[in-house]
Parts: sequence; C-alpha cells; structure tokens
Amino acid sequence: MKPAEFKNPEQEIERFQGRLAATGGLVLAAFFLLFARFFWLQVVQHEHYRTRAEDNRIALVPVVPNRGLVVDRNGAVLARNYSAYTLEITPGRVHDLEAVIDELAGVIDIQPRDRKRFRRLLDESKNFESLPIRTRLTDEEVARFVARRYRFPGVEIKARLFRQYPQRALASHALGYIGRVNDRDLATIEKHGAEDNYRGTEHFGKTGLEQKYEFELHGQTGFEQVEVDAGGRAVRVLERTAPLPGNNLVLTLDAKLQQVVERAFGARRGALVAIEPSTGGILALVSMPGYDPNLFVDGISPQDWEALNTSEDKPMVNRALNGAYPPGSTFKPFMALAALETGKRTPQQSIADPGFFTFGGHTFRDDKKGGHGVVDMYKSIVHSCDTYYYVLANDMGIDAISNFMRQLGFGSRTGIDIEGESEGVLPSQEWKRKRFRKPEQQKWYAGETISIGIGQGYNAYTPIQLAQATAAIANDGVMFRPHLVRYVENIRTGERRAIEPEPVRILPLKPANLDVIKRALVGVNKEGTGARAFAGAEYLAAGKTGTAQVFSLKGGKYEAHKVQERLRDHALFIAFAPAEEPTIALAVLVENGGFGAQSAAPIARQVLDYWLLGKLPQDAAPEFEAEDEGD
Amino acid sequence: MTDFAFNLRDGWRKLAAPVDPVLLALLALLLGYAALVLVSASAERLGSQFVNLAVALVVMRIAAQVPPQRLMHLALPLYTAGVLLLVAVALFGDISKGARRWLNLGFMRIQPSEIMKIAVPLMLAWYFQKHEAMLRARDWLAAALILLVPIGLIARQPDLGTAILVFAAGFFVIFLAGLSWKVLAILFLGGLASLPLGWGLLHDYQRQRILTLIDPEADPLGKGFHIIQSTIAVGSGGILGKGWGNGTQTHLEFIPERHTDFIFAVLAEEFGLLGASFLLVLYALIIGRGLMIAGNAPTLFSRLLAGSVTLIFFTYAFVNMGMVSGILPVVGVPLPFVSYGGTALVTLFAGAGILMSIHKHRMLVQK
Repeated sequence: MKPAEFKNPEQEIERFQGRLAATGGLVLAAFFLLFARFFWLQVVQHEHYRTRAEDNRIALVPVVPNRGLVVDRNGAVLARNYSAYTLEITPGRVHDLEAVIDELAGVIDIQPRDRKRFRRLLDESKNFESLPIRTRLTDEEVARFVARRYRFPGVEIKARLFRQYPQRALASHALGYIGRVNDRDLATIEKHGAEDNYRGTEHFGKTGLEQKYEFELHGQTGFEQVEVDAGGRAVRVLERTAPLPGNNLVLTLDAKLQQVVERAFGARRGALVAIEPSTGGILALVSMPGYDPNLFVDGISPQDWEALNTSEDKPMVNRALNGAYPPGSTFKPFMALAALETGKRTPQQSIADPGFFTFGGHTFRDDKKGGHGVVDMYKSIVHSCDTYYYVLANDMGIDAISNFMRQLGFGSRTGIDIEGESEGVLPSQEWKRKRFRKPEQQKWYAGETISIGIGQGYNAYTPIQLAQATAAIANDGVMFRPHLVRYVENIRTGERRAIEPEPVRILPLKPANLDVIKRALVGVNKEGTGARAFAGAEYLAAGKTGTAQVFSLKGGKYEAHKVQERLRDHALFIAFAPAEEPTIALAVLVENGGFGAQSAAPIARQVLDYWLLGKLPQDAAPEFEAEDEGD
Repeated sequence: MTDFAFNLRDGWRKLAAPVDPVLLALLALLLGYAALVLVSASAERLGSQFVNLAVALVVMRIAAQVPPQRLMHLALPLYTAGVLLLVAVALFGDISKGARRWLNLGFMRIQPSEIMKIAVPLMLAWYFQKHEAMLRARDWLAAALILLVPIGLIARQPDLGTAILVFAAGFFVIFLAGLSWKVLAILFLGGLASLPLGWGLLHDYQRQRILTLIDPEADPLGKGFHIIQSTIAVGSGGILGKGWGNGTQTHLEFIPERHTDFIFAVLAEEFGLLGASFLLVLYALIIGRGLMIAGNAPTLFSRLLAGSVTLIFFTYAFVNMGMVSGILPVVGVPLPFVSYGGTALVTLFAGAGILMSIHKHRMLVQK
C-alpha cells in the first residue's frame, strides 16, 4: 500500500478556484448562447415571428349569408329563416363524447332522439366541425349552460339561422328541403367553383326548388377578420365584410290553391299538377302524401327518416314528377287529336260499337256492356268509348301514335325547374327493342297497340306530362316549359329577374281540329262522364275522366269493393277552364281511387271553383289566411 | 416606545442575522420581476404564489441558520432516506399523467426526487470531505455510484427534467472536486459514443420531444405546438417587447403552461430582448454571488456544496430558457424563482439558504 499522499491545501484551493473559474466561464458561455438565440429570434427573425404571431391571432371567419326566401305568387312565405341558439359539440376537442353528453344532459334537456341525430351527424362529418346536439334552446337553457360553460370545453352555444317552412308539409315536394352539406354536395359546389363562397355554409338544398335554385338562394358569403385565441374562439372582430343575402324566389305557385288541393286529397295518395297554359307557370304541384321539410333542416332523426322511408304511402316520392302511370281514358282526346291531325279520322266518322273489339282471337272489352251504339268522335270522348279507340289505335299503328304523342311531350322530361324528373314510357317499336333483351320480347305485336289506344298497355306518363299535354291543347298547341319560379328577386336592389315563359315548341295544330277536341272535352263535363262532378258549374270547363288499371283481372269483371285497396284502379282527370280562354289546365291522379269520375273529377272541380271563382270548398276552414297574415 | 422600537429592530436583526444581504437583494429583484410577469401570465395566481414564497422564505431562513457542520451530519441520512423513498415510489407510487413520481403518505403527497436535488450534492460533498486527504480511483467510482443510483431511479419514473437537474448538481460536485480533465474528456467522448444506446433507453414520448426540437413543424398542432408557439412568442417580442399585458401569444392562450414552465415566453414576448437580457444579467449576478461564496468557503464540503447549489440555479435557468427558445428539448424544468409553483421554489430557496449559511460561517471553521 502506497503511503497516503497528503495534499497541499493551498494547491487544493488553487485548483478549486480554477475549477470555479471554469464553471464561471461555462455559465457565461451558456448565457451568451442564450443571448445569441434571443438575438436571432427577436432581432434577426423578428419580422417573421411577428407575422406568425399575427397569423395566429387573426382569422378570417366566413359569415354565412341569409338564404333567400321562397314566396308564392301572392307573397305568402313558404320558406324563411329564423335565428335560434344551438348547443354544439366539436368532437375533436372532446375526450369522452358520451360522458360529456351525459353531463350536458344534467344541464339541458337532451332526448334520446337528440343523441341519435347527433350520432348520425357524427358519422357524416369531420372531427373538427362543430355539430348540434340540441337545437332551438330556450333563453333559460342558454343561461343555464353559459353559467356552467367552464365545465364543458369543446361545447358551445351558437346563434344560427335556420331554415323554416312555415306551412309545414304544404307544397313540400315543390319546395324540397335543405340539409347539412355532405360529400355529394361538396362535389356539386366544387363543380360550380363555389368553394370560397361556401366556406362556413352548413346547409345545402337537397331536393325541389331548394336544390335547383341553391346557388340563387345562397347569397354571397361575407368575412370577418377576428382575433382568435388558441382554442379558435373569436375574441373580437377587427374588420367585417358584410355578406350579401341570397335572392328570393317568387313562385308561380299559389299557396292557397295548393292548400285547396291538398285538403281535397285528404288522406288519399296521388298527384295534381295545375299549369297556367299561356305561360307554363305551375299553379299547384301536389304529391300526396307530403312530408314536413322542417324535419330535415337540422338533421333528421333516425326514427323520422325510417318512418318516411318505410311508409307504404311513400311520402318521399314526388308522384307528380316521378310517378309514371298509365293515363287511362285521359289519353283518348290526345288519340282523337292525333287521328284528326294525321287524317285517320274525321269528326263525323262513326263506328257501331258492339261493346268489344276482337283482334287476333283476343277480345278487348268496353266498359259498357253491349256497347255505346253508334259512336262518332264527340261521343267517343264524352262517353269514353273504348271500342272507338281500339279500332283507331289499330288503324293508326304504334309508331304513328308515338310520333304524335312525343310532340305533346309524352315520354320526355318537361324540363320543370326541379331535378330528377322521370321520363315515363312512350311505347314505340324502337322503345320495345331497346327495353327488352330477348328477341321475342323485342318485337312489337300489333295486338299490343290496341290497348295503347285507351291509355293502357305500356303507356306510362308522369302527371306533369299529362298536365303539360292538357295545357298544350288548352293553349292551342303552344307549349311552354312548366316552371315554378316566376321571378328571382334581389332583395338589396329590388331587381326582379323574370323567368320568361319559354315556348318549348309550337305545334302546327289545325284550329278546326282543336275545336273538335275542345268541344268534346266541354261535353264531357256537360253531358258525359264528368257531368256529375261539374253539375252547376258557373264556368265552362273542359275535362276528361280516366281510370288506369293497376291489376289485370284477366277478363273477369272488375268490382272495386272486392279488390284490395292497393290493387284498385287509379283515378285520373284532366281539365282546363274557362274553356274559351283557359287560365288553368290540370291533371289529377288519385292512386287506387277507382273511377276517375268518382274521385279525381271532384278534386278538379274544387280546384277550378277556387281558381276561377275564389270559392273554397264548404268543409275547408280558411285557416291558411290567418297563418300567413304575419308574413 | 423606544423600547418597543428597539425590540423590533433587535428582533429584525436577529431574524436577518444569517441572511446574506447581497444574495437576498438580487433574489428580491428577481422575485419582483417574476411577480410582474406572473400578473400578466396569470394574475389570479399571484396570491397563492405569495403563499408559496412565504413558505420558501421560511425554509431559506431555517437553512441559513443551520451551520455547514450540521448539514454534513445530515448528508448521509437525507441521502439514504431519499433513495429509500425513490424505491418506495417505484414500488407504491401514485401514477399521474403516465409517470410514477409521487408518494402518497396519507396526509400529503410528496415527490422524493425533489429532495435529491439537494441530497445528492450534499452527499457527494460529504463524501469528498471525508476522503479529502486522498482521492483514489475507487473514490471517484463511489462518487459516480452515489450520483447514478438516484438518477437511475428518477429517470425510470420517468422524469427526465428532474433527472437532468439532479445529475447536473452531482456532476458539478465531482467536477469541482477536481476530476481530472483527462477523465472528463474520456467520459465526454464515451457519452457521445453511447448516445445511440441512450436513445434506445428513452421513452417514446421523450424521443418525440427530441425529434420535435429538431423539426417542430413536422407536427405543428401536436407535439411541436409548444415549441412553435413559444418560439413565436419570443421572436415576436422584438427588441423592446409588446409591452406588459399586451402579448398576443400570451393572452390569446397560444402559450401553453404560460404561468409555469413556459413563463419565459411571456416575459420575452412582452419585454423583448431587453427584458430577456435583464433576466440573464440577474441570473448571472446571482450565480456569480454563489460562486463567490463557494470560492470563499472554508472547507471542501462547503466549497463543493456552495458551488453545486449555485450551479443548480444555473442548470434550471439554462435548461428552461433553452427549451422555451427552442434550442433544448421540452423537459419539465421551471424557470428558477420565476415560474409559478411551490415545490421548485422551496428547493431553490433551501439552496439559497444553504449558500447564506456557508457564507455566514466562512470564518468559523478556519479558527
């Protein structure tokens, strides 16, 4: 073992001092490094960081414009906005969503349906969007939440404008509805290059006019330059560019007429389209049953959605535009016109009707046992003689029929300002070739033409096509594109941009031929199948009844009360009035209504009574007037 | 009357007797500055910070009273108790925010790693004092062991910030004790070489913090958010700052933990380079005073203890400001004497008290 080495205390202290000096040097060096860093950040890079601090602090927040109103031709409001408080959660800022909602439920009434709707919105949305858990908070609820706000980070009260359809289900299929923007809507927005204008917009027109005129109704988004905190909450507004509200839509539709129709339908299913023949403006567009578009505005609850979609009555289907029905006997006047125009018949040419027509071993029956006796064109329409049209159709052939009917708009979209209209089926040889695959099905059989003559067979048209064709006759062959919007109104400038009546085509119909058909149609309501419904009418109305088979009875006798309700025939009626100078033309269809004369014609009568005379049906209380006083 | 006044003055003199007026004056200046910044960062916490401060001052006064001789006797028991408590934490500690740092004693919760900031340098200083006569290789190894056992226990809690502080405190003792430059150089190079190994020992979140430091913009809304926002705060302050209470980064809540670990960002944003430099100068003066006390201390023990306590102040300050200005990774180290919070304040003032005691007793032992 080495002898212990004693150290010199002086030397020891000297060394310690040396080490202290070294640490002192280290400290100074380290602090100089910090100083250099501060100098770099605060002097050299100052401008950069100052800008970034400003960027942090200042955010451009879109200010969503007020959506334009929809009013009827008399100014009655059909769609408007109201402002309400909503309670919203930003899922991205909340840890345990369920727990937060449970806790919120202790402060504000949250129903299971609210939760379900929220979950539905959650599935469709991005994490950083704030989603409503409750809408239309009362002032008391707002106060209760605000007092406890600190307990709920990521939950906010927001004042928002909501769409409201004050007439509820009235004209729902025409108006459509708005709902929250989804991916498909985003694609549409992108296609229009409107992304900037839709920043901040949460709702988008989904169907009906709300969809078709989305970009008119939306308006110009404004911007606010706001100071925001790290949580993105606005602290104060620095600058503001006001939004420009969307344009209002003034419709050709008459809400009161619409209501008369919807009341007349009651619980029955069906459709009615009423057109002003001289412009194509739609006066009433009814599809029954309707639905309450208000349900969709802040996200429809799953139960309501389920109920609407599984209902046997199919309230979401716009029957006026998407229901394709055989026109039944309402097709006859058009057949008669085709016969006159093509020279296949003169008005006076008559047949002796035995009550049936036999072709290729098959017997086509007439409604009336034993037949109508001697039938000319007038009588064939007034009494709706089937045999006359069996023979006529056979004489004309399918292609002559379809060529003429195409001119009247049958089997093609009318171009109404609502998306998704159906084409229907205008049967022709070519249509059949395209429609079927097997060669034996592709061939048109002459026997198939015969029932086409009475509006059965492959014939299938939408009620709006039928209404358009009726209007075409009423307007002497000048056809307009049916449309719902009369003006687009800029509420700032007051400027009204008219949607000009747009003649689709002018049919070169001979006035004498039109006269024959019109007289016959007037005859229907005076002495024919429509006479009962129009007894005592103070105006001259042209009309035609129709009954469309839903179910083939294979030659057996049709007894309405024995057939299941859903298999009963559809009842149809077309009309225009006053016959001399028509201001309204319509087509009405009552699903499973039985005979047209019984259930469809009386609805047409109510419509014409109201439109021409201002007469309301006796049982209908004028509750509507009171409701729209405030608007 | 005069009696009472005399009694009062006499009482004050007794109370102030062991307190170093220079150090206290510098600390008072720093605390006043800190209060100014805290009012801007989080005014509502000023009251409770005063309570923390009162407790810390009592601790300082007590520490200042204890002569270094007595402290030496405390070294071994305090260190042993500290290590045992750390083991207890590892076995029964409460978990909070994913780390096991706290020990629940039933009536209060303590964080034993905090004790080690004083206990480790105390123990090392004691050890070197005991073996003052002759330091052999095995003494250096023993010193390394004394240092590394608690560091290991703290690092695996995990609490990187405290581990760094305790390591720095102990390392400075060893350095001041005279570990040869040659060995230091070898250790330094060895440390560099084993960095990849150290990387493997780090927790994911610790690695993430280092990666974030290198490229904070890679994850601007997540891990990088703290560094980016505090750097923006510092940089946007400019030379003169935005003015007291006018820091947008501060008041719009972009600075996280703005009253605790990131309070320097508030200071730098509102008082600019000028204010930050003033803070650096204050720290430099306090550290200078501490090193002076160490230089004048009579025994090896008190020299080493005073030096290392002073350098703890430095480590706190450097690591914190380095982290906030984006040159060091984010570790939970507060700005000494400035950040809101009682624990660090008590430890720091205990250190200040020890310094004062060593200063007061600089003549006694030599006699």
